[in-house]
Amino acid sequence: MSEPTLSGEHSPEPAKPNLAKPAAERPAGEPLLEVSGVTKHFPVLDGFLFKRQVGAVQAVDGVDFDVRAGESLGLVGESGCGKSTTGRLVTRLLEPTAGRISYRGQDITHANRKELAPIRSEIQMIFQDPYASLNPRQTVGSIISGPMEINGINPPGGREKRVRELLEIVGLNPEHYNRFPHEFSGGQRQRIGVARALALEPKLIVADEPVSALDVSIQAQVVNLLQDLQREMGIAFLFIAHDLAIVRHFSQRVAVMYLGKIVEIGDRADIYEGPRHPYTHALLSAAPEADPDDDRERIRLAGDVPSPINPPSGCRFRTRCWKAREKCADVEPPLVRLHGNGEGHLTACHFPEEPTTAGREQDVILDPALAAIEEA
Amino acid sequence: MLRFLVRRVLGAIVILILISAVTYFLFFALPADPALLSCGKNCNPQTVALIHHNLGLDQPIPVQYWHYMVGLFAGRDMPIGHCNAPCFGFSFANQQPVWDIIKDRYPTTLTLAVMGAAIFLTIGVGLGLISAARQGSLFDKIASGISLTGQSVQIYFIGPLAIYLFADNLGWLDRGHDVDWAHNPVGSITGMILPALVMSVIFWSNYSRQTRSLMVEQLSEEHVRTARAKGMNWRYVFFRYALRGAMGPIITIFGIDLGSVFGGAIITETTFGLHGIGNLAVAAVLQTDLPLEMGVMLFSAASIVLFNVLIDASYAFIDPRIRLA
Amino acid sequence: MTTLTQPEGQASPQDAGAPFLSVRDLYVQFATEDGTVKAVDGLSFDLERGKTLGIVGESGSGKSVTNLAVLGLHNPRNTTISGEIMLDGQELTGAPNRTLEKLRGNKMAMIFQDSLTALSPYYTVGRQIAEPFRKHTGASKKEARDRAIEMLRKVGIPQPQTRVDDFPHQFSGGMRQRAMIALALVCDPELLIADEPTTALDVTVQAQILDLLRDLQQETGTAIIFITHDLGVVANVCDDVLVMYAGRCVERGSVREILKTPQHPYAWGLLSSIPRLSASVDVPLQPIKGTPPSLLNPPSGCPFHPRCAFRDEVDGTLCQDERPPLVLDHGRGSACHLAAEQKQSIFAERIQPLLGRAG
Ligand SMILES: Nc1ncnc2c1ncn2[C@@H]1O[C@H](COP(=O)(O)OP(=O)(O)OP(=O)(O)O)[C@@H](O)[C@H]1O
Ligand SMILES: Nc1ncnc2c1ncn2[C@@H]1O[C@H](COP(=O)(O)OP(=O)(O)O)[C@@H](O)[C@H]1O
Ligand code: SF4
Ligand code: SF4
Ligand SMILES: [Mg+2]
Ligand SMILES: [Mg+2]
Repeated sequence: MSEPTLSGEHSPEPAKPNLAKPAAERPAGEPLLEVSGVTKHFPVLDGFLFKRQVGAVQAVDGVDFDVRAGESLGLVGESGCGKSTTGRLVTRLLEPTAGRISYRGQDITHANRKELAPIRSEIQMIFQDPYASLNPRQTVGSIISGPMEINGINPPGGREKRVRELLEIVGLNPEHYNRFPHEFSGGQRQRIGVARALALEPKLIVADEPVSALDVSIQAQVVNLLQDLQREMGIAFLFIAHDLAIVRHFSQRVAVMYLGKIVEIGDRADIYEGPRHPYTHALLSAAPEADPDDDRERIRLAGDVPSPINPPSGCRFRTRCWKAREKCADVEPPLVRLHGNGEGHLTACHFPEEPTTAGREQDVILDPALAAIEEA
Repeated sequence: MLRFLVRRVLGAIVILILISAVTYFLFFALPADPALLSCGKNCNPQTVALIHHNLGLDQPIPVQYWHYMVGLFAGRDMPIGHCNAPCFGFSFANQQPVWDIIKDRYPTTLTLAVMGAAIFLTIGVGLGLISAARQGSLFDKIASGISLTGQSVQIYFIGPLAIYLFADNLGWLDRGHDVDWAHNPVGSITGMILPALVMSVIFWSNYSRQTRSLMVEQLSEEHVRTARAKGMNWRYVFFRYALRGAMGPIITIFGIDLGSVFGGAIITETTFGLHGIGNLAVAAVLQTDLPLEMGVMLFSAASIVLFNVLIDASYAFIDPRIRLA
Repeated sequence: MTTLTQPEGQASPQDAGAPFLSVRDLYVQFATEDGTVKAVDGLSFDLERGKTLGIVGESGSGKSVTNLAVLGLHNPRNTTISGEIMLDGQELTGAPNRTLEKLRGNKMAMIFQDSLTALSPYYTVGRQIAEPFRKHTGASKKEARDRAIEMLRKVGIPQPQTRVDDFPHQFSGGMRQRAMIALALVCDPELLIADEPTTALDVTVQAQILDLLRDLQQETGTAIIFITHDLGVVANVCDDVLVMYAGRCVERGSVREILKTPQHPYAWGLLSSIPRLSASVDVPLQPIKGTPPSLLNPPSGCPFHPRCAFRDEVDGTLCQDERPPLVLDHGRGSACHLAAEQKQSIFAERIQPLLGRAG
């Protein structure tokens, strides 16, 4: 297959055709999506003869956040902490167990198919796996025009013309309209997924790990494409990733999740330069940085994340936290603005850390094996 | 593991109840009147009515079924006399308890099936293992060639051929005779070698092919590579790691094949003139001996279901992911 | 035509003295239905005792294939291997299986990426760790079990006396990877190959495991080959780095040299395409255009030329026609036709600003 030219390089001059009406300069916009107390418990079924519910995977447990028009909110956390579930709740691919989700003031928490229809086109999703998320038997053209057909949208000039425009916007050759997904590389497939999401001119895109399945050299191509969409078309993003550096690069605001809860949320600088929650500190300290002179604090937790089926009482992080005290087991810390925190910087911790990531006099080493070796 | 087994056994019981119900209704709810069938040539309406009453056929079918099931577990009094549990009724043909007849015939079929299975598992899996160990070798190519033709072999074709060759001409093996474990255990085995061999032939090629491809897959598994990276020698890795991994699927395939194994045993019996369940079933059908047909059907189904539970149990036993679940 | 006048990576006089592991002109080719895959194409490197060599590159660049070749784990039926692999003065290419089996798991050991599939589901963790110990030391069952418990304790498994009898699926992902490390280290290997050992793990667990490997190495003096695609991980654990592209080494040097003053356009591309926690967020990422090449039919000349933004700065069609040799000076060098001064000035003027260091 001849490689179509990729226009992945970040060109300062937007040579892109028909980028829908350029958005107003980064609107500090009105809230587009408001999520409060949203909870998703998956029942755990078991039983000797007849299945009955014996517990619940508390995948998401009372999260609050909002996404404003034109901004990108990053959602970070380790595997299984509920990022994807949150994304699927917001797009209403899942029905929340409790809480409220509203889009542009309209309550969509329990909206049915019909009520959702007009909103579905405004909230789109991009998935992690560019291989599994495209139907291998459909041509690129029909994949991208699918959403338009379902929603009965007939753009001026016809759907095919629009699809060709979209292909060009995402940096693919419009001539590839009739090709099949397997003829494309991982990065190109992810572009097809992006084009499909763009077909309905969404206001909000939920991107669930959009680059983590891609090769390092390809990730930047897709990140830049998404960044162009955010900046030039004013699309808001809920950007889900486990890579802290990519989230920092892409999102103006960031929420950190642990075991189904948001433990800290704030502007990029709040989270990355002045984190207060011990888990945020631990996560940042663990993120590998391609710099031999890295002199940030060193925190090494013990063990893995506990199961969301029986999460610890009180603060869910307490089983791995070096500051945990009795209160942490008894009282769940509320997500609040701590003394000294900037506006919109909320932390859920009884005994927060100093707002710096600089190296400490004494490393925090909880891992027993590391502690044993390093003491010797 | 215990939970898993209990669940499987309970499931098996449900299946058995379903099978018995379906079989019962099929047999006794058919338009054909068993009374007519059992009353012979000089039949008059009074006899028919009497037989009806004697067989309990004047009662509603669910009631009849209920009595049948009670009889199975507790025995029941029938017009001919008391029928001990497990009661499948009395044969129309010779008024003997069906259970006694089955008890007499089943060992032959079971021995044939078990010996046949043992032989085809040994030979089929063995050939598969050699092919997998020597992928691309001459042996592998010949074996896969034979596999392709092996599947079209028919028992009633090779059966007589084998008797002619190995029993009559060369005199190496017995022609095959019914087992009698109580009085002649050695003869029970030697008399069954030829039939079991013949029966196993139709399964060889399938098992060697399946084993080969399972082993090829297993040999490229990462945990097999890890074992090699530990310095374990090839033979050890082949048997302890790769074969261990292939065993589960082979057992599953065997479980699926159980029905065909008994089917094969029954055809073989007929070919060798042995008096097993198959032969009995044929006779029962020819004589429209309904209680016997019903008994044979139910009993065969039950034994296959029970063997399936055993196979599941062995599967659970070899896979710790199930055992410890 | 690709021409190669002299074997690559020839030790310069300063590098004299036999290294612990030395790989010379390694070629690994697979015969497949579609043709010959040139997975490793003339690779050379050295590794000293107690040092960690990082091998970085994108997926499919030949990292795993190289290291499976060192252990001799390729299937001879469809693999052709040529070149020289010397471990502590012993030639490994073409060595008989018995010799290799004595070395594997003993003098050289390997940790794989996905601990769930890399451990057998059918045997207890303890048994899998004890097995190579018994084989290589002749220890009794009891001794081997005690050793397995000791190893599990060392890598930080809580209650090792009871966990030793667990099956892999009863361990969490992080614990399994620790068990994998225990397994690899059970015979105190002198060479440890870790193939993306933390890629499947969460960051906080990854950090624990990386530090553990580093600490254990300081204790035992094991030489480590650390395969990864993550430059952040490289910065954490490696002394030296080998950048691989299309089965070849395109750049080699110390971790500081590679991360701070890379010389090869591909290394530039890698560094400027990853976001960093310390960089300014206003500097856009600079992706490498195109996609990694197919190894069935690798590009002529410099394998990076179809994606290289600097090939016009080389005279004529040299990049397309001639394979650039890897010339090493004190273990440092890159395989690129650009002149040394060009590399320096391009990096200083055009690449460094992109790395957008905030501080
Ligand atoms: N359909 C489901 N039924 C039961 N449990 C589920 C279901 N979907 C998700 N979970 C569980 O909910 C928790 C959160 O899952 P989720 O997929 O949101 O995690 P995530 O943060 O996206 O993780 P990753 O980084 O691995 O993608 C996990 O423990 C997961 O196993
Ligand atoms: N057994 C094999 N048969 C054919 N091709 C292989 C085999 N193993 C690896 N390859 C190919 O060799 C190349 C290098 O693979 P590998 O070393 O696994 O890459 P990585 O750098 O990601 O570890 C890839 O193109 C891969 O598809
Ligand atoms: S509330 Fe307590 S346990 Fe939770 S993070 Fe804060 S100090 Fe740690
Ligand atoms: S040799 Fe040419 S194509 Fe290859 S990296 Fe150097 S400049 Fe680029
Ligand atoms: Mg997810
Ligand atoms: Mg690899």
